[in-house]
Amino acid sequence: MDVNKNSYTFGFAAVMVVVVAALLSVAAISLKPFQSRNILLEKKQNILSSVGINIDREEADIQYSIFVKEELVLNYKGEEVDGVAFDVDLQKELKKDKNLQSLPLFISEVDGKKQYIIPLRGKGLWGPIWGFISLEDDLNTVFGAVFDHKSETPGLGAEINQPFFEDPFSGKSLFDGEELKSIKVIKGGAGEDNMYGVDGISGGTITSDGVTDMLLERLTMYLPYFNKIKPTIEVNSVFSAMDSVATVNDSLIN
Amino acid sequence: MSKDSLFAKKNMKLLSDPLDDNNPITVQVLGICSALAITVQLKPAVVMALSVLVVLSVANVVVSLMRHMIPSRIRIIVFLVVIAALVILVDQVLKAFVYDVSKELSVFVGLIITNCIICGRLEAFAMANPPGKAFLDGLGNSFGYGIILIIVAFFRELLGAGTLYGYPVLEKLGVYDLGYENNGMMILPPMALVTVGVLIWWQRARNEKLIEKN
Repeated sequence: MDVNKNSYTFGFAAVMVVVVAALLSVAAISLKPFQSRNILLEKKQNILSSVGINIDREEADIQYSIFVKEELVLNYKGEEVDGVAFDVDLQKELKKDKNLQSLPLFISEVDGKKQYIIPLRGKGLWGPIWGFISLEDDLNTVFGAVFDHKSETPGLGAEINQPFFEDPFSGKSLFDGEELKSIKVIKGGAGEDNMYGVDGISGGTITSDGVTDMLLERLTMYLPYFNKIKPTIEVNSVFSAMDSVATVNDSLIN
Repeated sequence: MSKDSLFAKKNMKLLSDPLDDNNPITVQVLGICSALAITVQLKPAVVMALSVLVVLSVANVVVSLMRHMIPSRIRIIVFLVVIAALVILVDQVLKAFVYDVSKELSVFVGLIITNCIICGRLEAFAMANPPGKAFLDGLGNSFGYGIILIIVAFFRELLGAGTLYGYPVLEKLGVYDLGYENNGMMILPPMALVTVGVLIWWQRARNEKLIEKN
């Protein structure tokens, strides 16, 4: 057989492509469950890491059910709606009109204190960036934050998933009185007394700006909900303050 | 061809030659790009070496089996399809079973496709030799590639980060207390080139066959 005939060459190429396509499809489908499980566990791991709990991926399932107490899905008015917060795909939600988006919210409890965890997703330089930011129960102080990215430049924008970038977020404030200031990633450094800014990454300005935009855009969406629950939180904190005064009184009496 | 001839002395040279006399990195200077990119730590280097091992030896066998059927005018395309299919398979398996490593290697797994060692071996060896020999050649060359990768990664991780395979060796030995500091330079790509250069120097000084007579 002449392997250099045109007809043979075309036939060979066609058969090869079909065989390879079939092979790869089978592999992709049979490995899919394992891959999805990893992605799911990683999400749980990231949520926990935003409230300062760093664990192995294999433990994520158990630890998640211990620390995360509530999962809510909100609409744009801040009302609770039906749905599973964990399964909300922000990638799809962000494409929808603002009024139609579902907003997932996770509430965790670490050392007896509540944290509100908000999933984030936005644009970096080369592709999507995402993360989680957790707020203390005053809904103003940042408890922690984690970020990750798909394809930011290694050594520059890709550093947003490093602790040196993430750690400074904790302790920052979101609100100046009633106004949402959000947190800005500032090129050239934020200065230590800046409550609304963190240091940017040299050479990663566009990714840093992406983080700033993502935070502002996402947090704005949750404002109606914050405004709705803030009064109850204040009442609760007054109660707990009274409790502590009472305990102090008790201890003084005793 | 009888089976035992596969392990004859001549065939064993296929395994041992690429380790030293004909090393793909230090002698043929192929695959340098990946050698620089993923040798910051031992773990990705080991995984990369294993991935190349699988891809190269299987690709060599597959192409060798098809060597009489491949139309010579599209042979490079055929090589690329075979390599790409294997690389995607490796990538999918890594994603399913060693997710962290696959995240770390990310684009580099895809870059195995462009590793010139693989295309080079397919063209130079697998197209002209039976599958058994092609397999040994694939193994030999990926060992030769992997061993350099691991040696470079060993020094870069040890001197750059003070760890080995993520384990803080230098901290446990207490050398930091004596005033030692990690050399951040080792983590940067240029030092990979320098490390490979030192390896080549050492190898050529030691191996008489590689000393060029001018």
